[in-house]
Amino acid sequence: MARLDLRGLAKSFAATTVLHGIDLALADGEMVVIVGASGCGKSTLLRLVAGLESPTAGRVLLDGTDITDTDPSRRDIAMVFQNYALYPHMTVFGNMEYGLKLRGLPRAEIARRVDEAAALLGLGPLLDRRPRQLSGGQRQRVAMGRAIVREPKLFLFDEPLSNLDARLRVQVRADIRRLQRRLGVTSLYVTHDQTEAMTLADRLVVMHEGRVAQIATPVEVFDRPADTYVAGFIGDPAMNFCPAVLARGGTMAALAAGAQIPLAGGRHAAPDGTRILIGIRPQHAERAAAPTGLAVTIELIEPLGSETLLHGKLADDTEFALRITGPPGPLGDGMTLPVHLPPEQLHVFDAASGLRLDPTPPGAGVGSGSGQD
Amino acid sequence: MERRTLFPGRALPAFLVLPQLAITALFFLFPAWRAFVESVRAVNGFGLNARFVGLANFAALLGSGTYRATVLRTLLYCTAVTALAMAGGLVLAVFADREIKGRAIYRALLILPYAIAPAIASVIFVFLLQPEIGLLTGVLKQAGIDWNYVLHGGQALGLVILVGAWKQVAYNFIFYLAGLQSIPRTLIEAAALDGARGWYRFRTMLWPLLLPTTLFLLVVNTVYAAFDTFALIFALTGGGPGTATETMVVKVYRDGIINLDLGGSAAQSVILMALIVALTVLQFRYAGGRDRT
Repeated sequence: MARLDLRGLAKSFAATTVLHGIDLALADGEMVVIVGASGCGKSTLLRLVAGLESPTAGRVLLDGTDITDTDPSRRDIAMVFQNYALYPHMTVFGNMEYGLKLRGLPRAEIARRVDEAAALLGLGPLLDRRPRQLSGGQRQRVAMGRAIVREPKLFLFDEPLSNLDARLRVQVRADIRRLQRRLGVTSLYVTHDQTEAMTLADRLVVMHEGRVAQIATPVEVFDRPADTYVAGFIGDPAMNFCPAVLARGGTMAALAAGAQIPLAGGRHAAPDGTRILIGIRPQHAERAAAPTGLAVTIELIEPLGSETLLHGKLADDTEFALRITGPPGPLGDGMTLPVHLPPEQLHVFDAASGLRLDPTPPGAGVGSGSGQD
Repeated sequence: MERRTLFPGRALPAFLVLPQLAITALFFLFPAWRAFVESVRAVNGFGLNARFVGLANFAALLGSGTYRATVLRTLLYCTAVTALAMAGGLVLAVFADREIKGRAIYRALLILPYAIAPAIASVIFVFLLQPEIGLLTGVLKQAGIDWNYVLHGGQALGLVILVGAWKQVAYNFIFYLAGLQSIPRTLIEAAALDGARGWYRFRTMLWPLLLPTTLFLLVVNTVYAAFDTFALIFALTGGGPGTATETMVVKVYRDGIINLDLGGSAAQSVILMALIVALTVLQFRYAGGRDRT
């Protein structure tokens, strides 16, 4: 159990810069999930923390001690690999005791720890088996067990669920979360799967092209994405973005699709005429009973049982998806549906920078930023 | 994965394998048959008449002290060459597997000895160690060593072991390097994070995972040392001084071609053939084992 501090961590391979200075701090016992598309540098970041790669710049601090140049074998970090990396020539027991024998623990203590971890993970009957005699889910648990018995300062997870089938993934995901809570070991978890990220994380780090796009709790990332990348990446189905310009002293948005819609929360601190993107999640857009000046022409209907996903286009050809409850009923392709965009569900982004634009509440002073979570 | 091509009739496939069969018959089956025939006959010194002697040639060999000594010498030679060549190949492969600058050049240079013909390899070492004019001989003499492999049997044996191993190191290097590279990197990384370093990591992780390669090389190297080193030894010492470097293959040549004991030499060939067959069976078993695991 420990605090982890990453300070300006950067990594380049030859001419390619993979990480542009990452700053991140993990509190004791915290589970932080790094999520991002493939190639965003998340795995490299994990390998830097493990010591399997050395950074081009920046420091790694574990419990205040600089371990940037420490050999991985001396870092007291355990890692669960994507392919599990179980030692094929050893039994399950051998795999789990390997790291303990190296530490020179007495045999009784080793046996106690392995038995404990095996009981925790339901590996008891498998201790004499070899990795190739195990199923994917069992291998995954052995990999977890090997990390647990070490009682390390830090757990690293490199997409540990990506080789499991969908149903098992959901179950193991919950197991990992329960286990991590129970053991209270500080953990850094890398995944490209946003559901995994949302469900596991105390805090989420969204990475994009070697940079941190946002660090926040899962709920905050979902409710207040920091930029258009995060907004589009987190949430399924993905958020709609409608081009618009700011109007009426920053309280309204004039959509390129025609309508002028009010924005919640007061003035947006940018001059009128600033090009913006209005983001709204498909489940937040509403089907209106009467014309609203904004309509979507349906191109594809996806019935999902209890709800229906409608894909279409706005008047200005902007792609727009809408989720409605219940079956599609009489709706058909080519129909035009009036939609209403509830002001409190809108996300406003600067079109040029992609960054979130927040309103400054009327009369608001300093320190009124509470009440989100 | 296996692709099978079906030919109509038998004529075409038979025709296609004919060249290979012809070569096998001419250069392998026929000489082998001749060796069998000769091994049960005794021929007089002028080759004018021969008579059937049954297993007398074999009995004479097994009862002969010099043959037993040759067998023991061959065992010693094989063990030494195999051990040296495999250890050398493994050590070099472990180093070449690291992330180092100029890795490609380093690897290419290490493979080079394999491409040198045995006789040339011998000549290179003659240049280095010839008793009068060798480049290293002077250095050895200054170090107080009476280096003269032409006179001292022990030195001669040491030399043919050294050259035999040197030639084979490259081969073992390639296989060990390939073996090391087929070990998933994450496995080594996992071991590193578990705290394993240096020798311990090698002993508990790399060595066990290289075991199939090691078993395979063990057989190949034994076969090489026992049978393929003839040209080397012949060019370096010719089996001498005395019988100091006379391995079983060298003795076959000396007895048959130089001493004209065709029957005895043929009987030795038959014994060698039996050994080769046994080792080949082993080799196929382990070569097959490599694919299965």
